Amino acid sequence: MPPQPTVALFVTCLVDQIYPHIGVATLRLLRRAGYHVDFPLGQTCCGQPFANSGYQPQAIQLAHHTITTLEPYPAVVLPSGSCTTMLRHHYPQLLAADSAWHDRAQALAAKTFELTEFLTTRSALPAVTSPHTTPVTYHDSCHMCRTLRLRQPPRTTLHHINAPLHEHPESDRCCGFGGLFSTKMPDVAAAMTHAKQNAIPHPNNQPATLVTADPGCLLQFQRHTPPDQPQPRHIAELLEEATR
Amino acid sequence: MSTQPFRQRATITLYDDIRQAALHKATGRFRDARQAALDNLPRSDDLRDQLKQIRHATLCNLAEHLETFERNATAVGAHIHWAATSAEASQIIIDLAQKRGVTLVTKSKSMTTEEIHLNDALGRAHITPVETDLGEWIVQLAAEAPYHIIAPAIHKTKEEVATLFAQHTDHPPTDTDITALTAVARRTLRQKFLDAGMGITGVNVAVADTGSITLVMNEGNGRLVTTAPPIHVAIMGIEKIVPTWDEAAVWLALLARSATGQPLSIYTNIITGPARDDDPDGPEELHIVLLDNGRSSLLNTPYQEALQCIRCGACLNICPVYRVAGGHAYHSPYSGPIGAVISPLLFGLDNYHDLPQASSLCGACLDVCPARIDLPRLLLDLRADTVAQKFTPLPERLALQTAAWFFLDHRRLNAATPLGRRLFASQLPPQAKQPTKSFRQQWQDGELDNLD
Repeated sequence: MPPQPTVALFVTCLVDQIYPHIGVATLRLLRRAGYHVDFPLGQTCCGQPFANSGYQPQAIQLAHHTITTLEPYPAVVLPSGSCTTMLRHHYPQLLAADSAWHDRAQALAAKTFELTEFLTTRSALPAVTSPHTTPVTYHDSCHMCRTLRLRQPPRTTLHHINAPLHEHPESDRCCGFGGLFSTKMPDVAAAMTHAKQNAIPHPNNQPATLVTADPGCLLQFQRHTPPDQPQPRHIAELLEEATR
Repeated sequence: MSTQPFRQRATITLYDDIRQAALHKATGRFRDARQAALDNLPRSDDLRDQLKQIRHATLCNLAEHLETFERNATAVGAHIHWAATSAEASQIIIDLAQKRGVTLVTKSKSMTTEEIHLNDALGRAHITPVETDLGEWIVQLAAEAPYHIIAPAIHKTKEEVATLFAQHTDHPPTDTDITALTAVARRTLRQKFLDAGMGITGVNVAVADTGSITLVMNEGNGRLVTTAPPIHVAIMGIEKIVPTWDEAAVWLALLARSATGQPLSIYTNIITGPARDDDPDGPEELHIVLLDNGRSSLLNTPYQEALQCIRCGACLNICPVYRVAGGHAYHSPYSGPIGAVISPLLFGLDNYHDLPQASSLCGACLDVCPARIDLPRLLLDLRADTVAQKFTPLPERLALQTAAWFFLDHRRLNAATPLGRRLFASQLPPQAKQPTKSFRQQWQDGELDNLD
């Protein structure tokens, strides 16, 4: 038997600290897909909160740190479209002035993948054992759909597990998270979240479960979902449950 | 905290159901119409690339194009005035009016006159300005600022307009019929058009090659403002120029489509000089005021791109922040994503450092901008300037610098996790507050070794 290909799992700081179960689901999916998964211990935060708030020196330090931590691996997978965008799109921009670091950033960018992108492009979706039967609606996170142009892969994976997908009329409308934006302007962010939630489709008079591939959006939706409503889910949770 | 002014002003709108409904309806209508118009325009993406290239190339040689424009406009009888600041521009216009004994001026909608606060300056000089665009007249009567770059009164209901008209005319406040309301405006403004000694407009785009200015509008008021009084004064930001009609055609093909979804506005006026023997229609004098007001300081900087704006308002209509916070939250004539960029650039980061924070950086604005201005990048640059110039509050700077130090070493991060959770507990939803081992801890404890 050939040795299993290795991937590095970059869980992101939100998943590590707040949603470890999403990291666990991602780990299991990758193992089921036939990969040997390593968790590089040096990983912390990709630096996006700093870059987005105008703290460029700190963002550059964290980019250096993350590149150094992840570059030994043949591929890096993240359960977050937004952090993937940071590594793939913003690191090369952030490090443009330093050609050596820029080259390393580009090398890392070329082997960094968002989870659903990785599973679909590698044809590595695990076999479905328990199809998802309740209605879902997919929330396109801003960076994943606009910067990475990844609109289809998450939908392909939902289709794979037979989830009844009911499209939100503005699936790519921002949820209001915006990293520290939702901390700095919580009321404005909340109004944005409610606007998005108010248009969630109601097949059979029941709201569809909102599914996203970004822990940040998940956090923002959770903040504003009443306990008696269907709770938002990360796509890795659904995929993991359907492929046990 | 630096974000407070925007946040406080936004709050007024967030909990105002009438304003929320109006924003929802108006921005939705504009968005849908824009999308349909671009879908129906062959190769619209290529055209947008072309407009971006045109705007960039023009700005890179702006002085030359402005001088060509001055030469050619002067040759057809227009008078060109250069204004470095708002105050200079207002004074030029006041002087023109006072030398001719003008006490009443009619205006068509112009964001540039809003930018220089011309109506206030005219009022102080005892010259009465009357806005003749219906939406602009409504906000003038209400003593408010425009709510949207292209639709000044989208936040007003017809009931509010009826009440407002009743305060200023003999219109009964209970009559909220829209046809009746527009008839009030028509009747009242008609006499103003006839009495005014000067008409003031903005400029949508100037064409250097022929010394022409274009004005696009959907109401007939613009033609009356530019032709009925003996003097027409047009004011334009120095960036609103193209070398030739070839470039103007691209600009105009995208302007109305991006703004309202129309292939062209109802009126596209091309004005080349005042009335003369071989072209007797039009005003006796045409004056064009070229306004800098901070624009030239952006040339050849990373912020030059902001000057590519053609003022279509598409970024407002798509912006999830504008759509809930509304135009007045920006406290600037220019609202939405483009307003959050150009307000600090033109009017000072010290005055407007709250605006670059008023964005989730979702990137929807970049998706719709006809000139493909990278607004998220510009907002990020402005945030970096805000930090560098220490406009951010000290606690924020300390918190982020400290957080970065912890993130630079996972052992420090581990040690700080319990404290961090306590500090951020209020930010987390109840579902996330359950005590649970971090992923890292589970991994290091070997709990995940055999999971499949």
